[in-house]
Amino acid sequence: MINYGFTEQQIMIRDLARQIAQEKVVPVRAELDEKGEFPREIVKLLADSDLFRVFIPEEYGGLGGGALDLCIVTEELSKACAGVAVSYAASALGTLPLALFGSDEQKKKYMPDIASGKKLAAFGLTEPNAGSDAGGIETTARKDGSEYVLNGNKIFITNGGEAEIYTVIAMTNRGKGARGASAFIVDKGTKGFDFGKEENKMGIRASATRELIFDECRIPADNLIGREGMGFIVAMRTFDNSRPGIGAQAVGIAQGALDEAVRYATQRVQFGQPVSSFQAIRHMIADMATKIEAARTLVYYAARLVDSGAKNMSKFSAMAKLFSSDMAMEVTTNAVQIFGGYGYMREYPAEKYMRDAKITQIYEGTNQVQRDVIGLEVIKESKRNSR
Amino acid sequence: MKIVVCIKQVPDTTEVKINPETNTLVREGVESIINPFDMYAIEEGLRIKERLNGEVVALCMGPPQAEAALKEALSLGCDGAVLLTDRSFAGADTLATAYTLSRGIKSIKDVDLIICGKQAIDGDTAQVGPGIAEMLDLPCITYVGKVEEIDDKHIKAYRMMEGGYNVIEASVPCLITVVKEINEPRLPSLRGKMNAMKAQITKWSAADIACEVDRIGQMGSPTWVRKIFAPPKREKGMIFKGEPPDTVGGLLSALKDKGVL
Repeated sequence: MINYGFTEQQIMIRDLARQIAQEKVVPVRAELDEKGEFPREIVKLLADSDLFRVFIPEEYGGLGGGALDLCIVTEELSKACAGVAVSYAASALGTLPLALFGSDEQKKKYMPDIASGKKLAAFGLTEPNAGSDAGGIETTARKDGSEYVLNGNKIFITNGGEAEIYTVIAMTNRGKGARGASAFIVDKGTKGFDFGKEENKMGIRASATRELIFDECRIPADNLIGREGMGFIVAMRTFDNSRPGIGAQAVGIAQGALDEAVRYATQRVQFGQPVSSFQAIRHMIADMATKIEAARTLVYYAARLVDSGAKNMSKFSAMAKLFSSDMAMEVTTNAVQIFGGYGYMREYPAEKYMRDAKITQIYEGTNQVQRDVIGLEVIKESKRNSR
Repeated sequence: MKIVVCIKQVPDTTEVKINPETNTLVREGVESIINPFDMYAIEEGLRIKERLNGEVVALCMGPPQAEAALKEALSLGCDGAVLLTDRSFAGADTLATAYTLSRGIKSIKDVDLIICGKQAIDGDTAQVGPGIAEMLDLPCITYVGKVEEIDDKHIKAYRMMEGGYNVIEASVPCLITVVKEINEPRLPSLRGKMNAMKAQITKWSAADIACEVDRIGQMGSPTWVRKIFAPPKREKGMIFKGEPPDTVGGLLSALKDKGVL
């Protein structure tokens, strides 16, 4: 087995995540998908196995790993079920604002329970009129003595309703645009904080996606992450760190689809021989495998850049997310093609991979936004170099 | 409560092939695992410990590489691990194995409960568990599918039978062997695995457990393997295809030819 330069600990993490994914997730994934049911039992298994600890620093009950460790787990879970994988990874996403900008007190208060898996976290940015355009946020946070008062709605929030800890971006000064945004921690159960509609999705159906509703929701001023006006930076830095994770999810989905397609192609007999013996199929498999490996390499590289503390890794994070998710869409579509008519049917796993792959091109910044990030960065670099 | 779980390292039989010339298992490249029935024994030991407090010690007899099995037991939550390893233990049959393990248990001292899997998937004898109980003069409940009550004085357990079960009570200390219906073994945790990686496994030789040299290894084994053979392959059956009126005649004459009718 190729170990991609993983440490002994990372190999251990991969093997355990793989064991759980294959033994515990694969048998139930079709049912979770069909019913759109949140995988509480599997989340508990992941918690008992310490997998939520991998992305938390040791001083807060974690194992001190970073983006790469998180990518390793996410990839393995995604091979089995991307809905389960995103429920896991979204807790890391919700933790990132805290990990990157939180005070020691905030970290001490919230991170140990996230590490143990006792509590899930979620990140709330998107609104009906603010998705890719994060500057258009309408949720407000008004300072009132030692409290902030939140008003507004967040939509499409992964782990919404299931998470206990929410990191939320709201405007503290609407006149300042993006510079008027701030990041807050909101606990589930806080008065004035409620959940709305549960979304009925095309893919990743095991995951919970809900609306967050803030109506005169009062939180302690201590729940401000960083300083007022830093919300946009918090969100962007969070995404710089988390986007390799979406890449890992896409790589896992594609690998899972390829594994199923190869197994099927070696068993399915047409014209007296397994379809894998036909060059048309074999070349498809070769292209799929090669593209997966290219994406994986880019994802691991971006994750390692994040873990090295490199500045200006936005471009690489965006590339990892962009390339992997476009690749996953192509590979899963071809996996359905290899399955032929059976691939279109719900009884076979191929179509689920294809439905699950689509979201990776959309969330944590659409691939159009990723191209903007990358393009802008490349042009800036060119200008800098020509000076 | 001090619990000893006896485990055996076995080849993963889902991958095993037989060498047609020697009729022995091809061991090269076959992964070694903890005997699956022993996984249920470990889990039951951990569950009883979690209920009553105490400690679980995993015990194994085997070559030095059996350390891997004990590390896995530690990663699942066992508190200690002892490997009985000595060249003189080699070639042991079930009698010598039971004796050696019983000496190991004596050396661990003050053991309240011994749990074994019902049998190992390589030998399939189911003799070592009861053998240990005999050597230690302890009560033994085999094929346990449920431990209903247990404290430091007594145990009440279900012994699974074909189509039913016996409810058996015994005094503690005692030995039980468990079947797979008893529980669902847990997965290891990362912290458990990391601790296990660093952990030192206690290794005892024949001298450490004060055993009689003529009762261990090949010397202590009255069982001698005369010949090993693979069961003959079953012949392919005959299939009569078609509607019954067209095929019954053929079936009848085939059965007559075989002398069945």
